[in-house]
Parts: sequence; structure tokens; C-alpha cells
Amino acid sequence: MSASKEKKLEMLRTMLLARKFEEALTELCAIKGKIPGMMILCTGQEAVGAGVCAALESRDAIITNHRSHSHLLAKGADPKLLMAEIFCKKTGYNKGKSGTLHLAVPEIGAPCTSTVVGASPPIAVGRAFAQQYRGERGVTVCFIGDGAANEGSVHEAMNLASVWNLPVIFVCENNMYAGAQRYEEHTKAANISDRAAGYAMPGVAVDGNDAVAVHDSVTQARQRALSGQGPTLIEYKTYRWRGHGEADPQLYQPKDEIARWQAACPIPRLRGDMLAQGLVTAEEVKDMEERAAAIVQEAVRFAEESPYPALHEAFEDVFA
Amino acid sequence: MQQLGMGQAVNQALREEMIRDQNVFIAGEGVGVSIHDSPMLPTHGLLEAFGAKRVRDTPVSEAAIAGLAVGAAEAGLKPIIEIMFNPFFTLASDMIVNHAAKLRYLSGGKSSFPLVVRMKSGAGFGAGCQHSHNLEAWVAHCPGLKVVMPSTPADAKGLLKSAIRDPNPVIFIEDMMLYFAPGPVPSGEYLIPIGKADVKRPGRDVTVVTWSKMLGVAMGAAEKLAAEGIEVEVVDLRTLAPLDKKTILASVRKTGRLVVLHEASRTGGFAGEIAAVVMEEAFDSLKTPLRRVTGPDIPVPASPPLERFFIPDEEQLMTAVREIV
Repeated sequence: MSASKEKKLEMLRTMLLARKFEEALTELCAIKGKIPGMMILCTGQEAVGAGVCAALESRDAIITNHRSHSHLLAKGADPKLLMAEIFCKKTGYNKGKSGTLHLAVPEIGAPCTSTVVGASPPIAVGRAFAQQYRGERGVTVCFIGDGAANEGSVHEAMNLASVWNLPVIFVCENNMYAGAQRYEEHTKAANISDRAAGYAMPGVAVDGNDAVAVHDSVTQARQRALSGQGPTLIEYKTYRWRGHGEADPQLYQPKDEIARWQAACPIPRLRGDMLAQGLVTAEEVKDMEERAAAIVQEAVRFAEESPYPALHEAFEDVFA
Repeated sequence: MQQLGMGQAVNQALREEMIRDQNVFIAGEGVGVSIHDSPMLPTHGLLEAFGAKRVRDTPVSEAAIAGLAVGAAEAGLKPIIEIMFNPFFTLASDMIVNHAAKLRYLSGGKSSFPLVVRMKSGAGFGAGCQHSHNLEAWVAHCPGLKVVMPSTPADAKGLLKSAIRDPNPVIFIEDMMLYFAPGPVPSGEYLIPIGKADVKRPGRDVTVVTWSKMLGVAMGAAEKLAAEGIEVEVVDLRTLAPLDKKTILASVRKTGRLVVLHEASRTGGFAGEIAAVVMEEAFDSLKTPLRRVTGPDIPVPASPPLERFFIPDEEQLMTAVREIV
């Protein structure tokens, strides 16, 4: 079933919010000492998170990775608490213990985020196993990148999910780069999704800058999983506008290539389609943009004004 | 009292906990249908008793098995996974070390990972160093993991039941030689707390701290040394993390002498940690330098005489004790 008007509006709102959120992070990162640690953004890839999560229900889980901001915002994370955590503040989702990289928001169905490349699929298998074990009507989506697809753990997880018919949707966000390595340098096969055949599960390659196509493909995979037919591998072809992290000077990414993909930005694409179809007015879009900007501004204010954790908190939360 | 091998005691603990809690499930390679068929083995008969939903034979995929445990534990199930041999833990280690142990901390305490990783360990069956390699010091070095290494069937049962009920990831290491050494096991419900060492033999002259299979070596040596007039106090650690410093220090303060005995090789072994704790906190009580009796710094050899040479024995322990008494 294709995305309804409501779903399209939801996706557009989410993408605008994620874009503003990460644009703010790019600006803040440029100020030395403002945000601790690394900063890994998905600018330009927002259609994947928005499309995937719009096709999910609250009882569905996502297990994501280091490039997680748009996934989490799309799943319903509070931008204030997310921003505070990215600033490593006490008021953040994880009391400052995660920072930007390992954000865990169990209350919205995003219980684990791993920065170990290739680690999210085995965990997603476990999460989906629990859903199957209890007879719950839910699925687990696991986000990996094209680089992670070459980790052995991904192979093990896909095989086990298939053998046990687990309700997992493996989402491979192919942004054409794994660190500084271009896709062709790390993978010979034209499509990551072709590997699905080796696990006897459906594998499809989809335009990752088309939010509606993303939504529709996940909807189909979800129905398959819920009917007990097991996992699906979906590869979304997209592009990483920024470096691996904000400190990356992107010397290996051709400028004209970046420009070409920026011209294929997923946001104007969905917005344009919706305007043409009369699903939204220019004025409504402007309102959405202003609202996204205000939410992000408020989130940054909240994060900046929040305190860091006290030193004694370093010893808390190791054991339950 | 019933006489059980450690595998049978583990089996009893698994059965009791599976009956008590429907969220408990077992997964691993050959935990249901095995290439071995012996009632002495820990998962014997569980598939028949509890069915294929709760006793899950997995593909040969240690990372996926461990990930299964991490994801299912977070969702509220109680996974007990089996890593067939301790060296294969390297294949599962990312999921346990980087995820089971750290994700709770990273979540700011929002998520919990109540899972048990059972691993078979110990030299003595001639399989060589890729099947025999005691890695307890590796896991004990990881904050967020509890590490249990029982030495008797009775302790194994009570400790495993505690491990299954613990809200944290617990590494539970079973020496396979102990599967075939029956000992008394109380029938009925009992728990042994994780993090408590046990003085298995009181003595006034020297403290021997040990765990797992080496307890038998310590007890045998202590018996012989008693005939020479040397009274050995044997402290069975049972749990490496959290470490029961109190019991170790109390014993050393009483005897003034310490020998640490473990099968694992020497350099970076857990004896070093115990030695450091004693030096930092009970140095003034020591009458003599402490001693370590451990496996040598070589991989476990396959050849039977070399493998026997690898495993510390009563003679080596007695020599070390006599040197400092």
C-alpha cells in the first residue's frame, strides 16, 4: 500500500526536522569545544529514516548505528533530549553517557544503537526473536551501511534470521562510502541486496532518496514479516553529503559528485511531488520549515543550558 | 545427598530455572541435538523436556548466538547461550564485551541485559589450544560483566541459578573435566550468591587462592601438606568479578602467606590481579613474598604428556608452599 497523505506529511515534517537538526550540528561542530567527541551526520539521507519509520508502528523496534539522528527523530525521539545527549549533558536521553554515537531510546522502540560497524544485525535478530517468542505482532528494523555489509556478523545474523523466519527488516543504507572507501573499492557486487538470495530472503534495491518508495518497500517487508514469512533485505541507494564525520575533509569525494547528489536532495523531491499533487500548500510547507527551525533552536538552547553529569555519576549504571 | 557431576548439576539448575521462568531459553550449537550423547553433559535431555521453542539449536554462528542473547535480553527474555569451547568466545566477544557489557552504561541505565554465557573450558582432553584456552582474565577485565567459575557441582548449581536470576550479563565458565567428577549436590532449591568466595579448607599457615578445576589440586596438596605439619587455607574464589576481596584479605591477614593457583597461563593471568590487591591492601600482613602457580606461557599442547605438563599439579603447588612456609 502506498503512503497516504498523512504519511507523506509525516515524512516531510520528519525530513525537515532532521535536516535542520543536523545543519545546526554542523554549525555547532565548527565551534571548537562546543560538542565533545565525534559528529557523524546523515545529511542528504533523511528519506531513509523518514520513510522506514513512517511505515512502522510504535511496537516495532529499530536497532541503529553511528549515523542515527534521522532514524531516531523519525521514530519519535524528543529533539531536546536528543540534542542534550549529543552535547553529553545530564539531561540527555542517556544522562550524557552515550553522546552522539550510542543513543538508546527504549521508550520509542530504539533500545540499542551500536557504533561497532556490523553489530546491529545480530542484536536485531535477538530483538526479533523476542517478538516471535512472545507472539507479538511487531517487527525489528536494523539499519546498516554499505560498509557494514562486509562484516561477518551481518552474514551470521541474516542467515539466522532467515533460518528461524524472524520478523527482521535489514535496511542497508548504501551511501556509497565506507569511511574513505568508495563502494566499488570495498564491494564487487553491484547491489548489496543481491546477497539476500544467499539467505533465501527477498532482496530489493530501492531509490533511497525517494521517501515514498522507502515507505512502500518497508510496508511490504513488514507485512511479510508479520505473516511469519521472515526477513527481507532492502538496500537504499543514497549518498553521504558530509564526510564520515564532521572532521573528515572529504578529500576522496569528487566535488561534482557531491553537487550532483545535492541536486537530487530527497526533501525538495517529496515537497515538489506533494505540492504538485495538491497534498500540501506552499504556505503549509513554510510553516513546517519554521516550526522545524524553532524546535531545533529550542533543543540547542536546552542542551547548552543543561549541566554536565556530576563526577560520581561515572560509577552509576554499570550494573543493574 | 545426590552425587552429580558438574554437567548434571548445571542441567538441574537449567531445568529448575526453565520451569520457574518462561522467559528463560537456551541457545547454542548442539544444545538440543548434540554430536555427544551423555547424561553427564549440561544440556542433556532439555530439548525433550522443554521443546524446540525454548531449547534452540543454532547454526555455527557465535556472533549471531551472542547477538541473539543481547537483543532478546534487552527485550526482557532471559537467554542462556552456550559457547562450545572457551576459545570460540573470541568469535562472540564483540557482542558480549562491546554490547552486553556496555549498552546498559551507554543507555544511562535505561536498558538491561540479563543474560548468561555458559562456556566450556579447561585443558585435559587432548584437543589442543584452539579448544583449550582459559580466558577468564580477559572477561574479568571488562567492566559490566560478572564472571563465575565454579569448582564443585554443588556450587555450580547454586551459582548458575543466581546467574540466571541476575539482571546483568554473567559469564559462567565450566571446566569440562569437572563434568566427570561427581560430588554431593543438595536436592531442592538453593542459591549461592555471585561475588562470594568460599573457604573450602581452613588453615593457619598459608592461603591458597584458586578456582575451578584447580580447587581439586589445592585440596589434594593441602591434605598432603597437613601430613608435613603445614596447614593450608584454601580459598575458592568461585566468582572473579565482582571479586570478593574481603575473604581473600581476611585469609591473608590470618596466614601471612599467599599462593595463587590457576590453570590459565601466567602473564596477564588473574593471579596478577589478586597479588596486586593483596600487595596494596595487606602488604603489612605478608611474612614472605607471594607465589603464583599457573600454566606456563605457551598455548595448551595437544600431546598428552605435554598437556599434563601444562596443567599445574599438586607437586608444583606443594613446592611453592614449602618455599614460603
